[in-house]
Amino acid sequence: MATFFGEVVVAPSRAGLDEEEEAREETPEDREIRREIEKKRYQRRGRLRLDIRSGGCAEEPLVCSRFIVAIGRNAAAFLSSFILDSVCWEVVGVVKLWNEWCRTSSATNVLPTDSFCLFYRLISDPTVLLCQCSCYVAEDQQFQWLEKVFGSMQKKGLQVTILSTCPVADYKTQESTLTLVSPFLKALKTKEFQEQVCCPLLEQPNIVRDLPAA
Amino acid sequence: MFIPCDRGGGSAAPDFKGFTLLMPAVSVGNVGQLAVDLVISTLDMAKVGYFYTDCLVPMVGNNPYATAEENSTELSINAEVYSLPSKKLVVLQIRSPFIKNKYRAFCETLLSWVKSSKCARVVLLSSSHAYQRDDEQLLGTPLRYLLTPDLEKAVGGRMQELNWKEMEKVAAYPGISDTDKVLHIPGGGITKLLFTESCSEGIQMAVLLKFCSEGDNIPDAFVLVNYLNEWLQLIKSEVSTSSNSTDPSSQWKIPSSWRLLFGNGLPPALF
Repeated sequence: MATFFGEVVVAPSRAGLDEEEEAREETPEDREIRREIEKKRYQRRGRLRLDIRSGGCAEEPLVCSRFIVAIGRNAAAFLSSFILDSVCWEVVGVVKLWNEWCRTSSATNVLPTDSFCLFYRLISDPTVLLCQCSCYVAEDQQFQWLEKVFGSMQKKGLQVTILSTCPVADYKTQESTLTLVSPFLKALKTKEFQEQVCCPLLEQPNIVRDLPAA
Repeated sequence: MFIPCDRGGGSAAPDFKGFTLLMPAVSVGNVGQLAVDLVISTLDMAKVGYFYTDCLVPMVGNNPYATAEENSTELSINAEVYSLPSKKLVVLQIRSPFIKNKYRAFCETLLSWVKSSKCARVVLLSSSHAYQRDDEQLLGTPLRYLLTPDLEKAVGGRMQELNWKEMEKVAAYPGISDTDKVLHIPGGGITKLLFTESCSEGIQMAVLLKFCSEGDNIPDAFVLVNYLNEWLQLIKSEVSTSSNSTDPSSQWKIPSSWRLLFGNGLPPALF
């Protein structure tokens, strides 16, 4: 595509896949950097480990009736402020992962400013689990995160609640978002969820992406 | 990969033997995907399942083809399959881009699903960068087709009758005239990979593509879906007596999810 000044540039495309990516020339330094990052990510990715202490044998799936997942800093902070306390909840697990955007602390005593992914269990009812995931799970790690977390649970009769936030500016509506009263709640639910939802459902054409969607 | 929808009553998984699989490539202007949206919406196709895959960016929303309050709350994800047995048509819609380095894995899994489900043929809707056309391609129709050798035998004659133009091969090294000619589909996403793999695996595949640029691609989607309709006759193109033309554009139903494609309303305080 020619620009106003006569130079030819590759136009960015919504298509998302540029076959020229494969053929793009890299300097030796670029190649080395890319290789190191991939090695670090995929070595550590083998350690996308879920360590959960369950009452019985470590091989058995966790019995879980309710699983609440808070994704992102706002949702994690909500749980820390209003739900979690050291009297009623105990830490039972952690997911360790690494990508270029964040690191998790390997300790379970984390500060609110750290990025982490911790699992808690309600002491009075050990089938109620809670997950605070404030670290960024990259798109090529999301599937593995899900498989690890849900793979270790007995899913019969399980109810999952996912809490997350999105910027108001991303909300598509007929009026301008300037006039919208925010923050506001919207929900998506599967048809198996029969209980009353506490807020309106998310209207088309709005969508949810990334880990909450996964 | 393919997970059938639970329709209740223990019904068997859908049978696609002998069906035509229609699917988009995620390509420039998302024209293939928009065209597939028009097909699903107009033919009111029923969802029969989805692809469980780690190759596409996850997304979820409510029913993009909702027509009323009652049918607006069914969840919809990034790769879903719709079917219309009366026309022996099965449609795959892809709604998000590929995760980096995962597109090859997706192509392999997709083609092996095509073979195991015994689809008769695959029709891939795609697009290519308009600015990469050569001088000859700038003239005439912006629409092109490609057929794998197995499908060429079956329908090559029909393409001649329709007076369609086959996608030209280009010189591997532009500027040097006596080099080999290769297939080049810039901006076409996985189109070329799927096509070349289908050729070598004996799958009957047709590619229908349009040259276009990023922008408002709704008109491109209509042009592409009408092109498809010339061949597959999915909807009847009525002759309009007043304007004396066959223009079936108005008969394609735009899905409700196409609202607000270019952003929200403007704040009144702006004026």
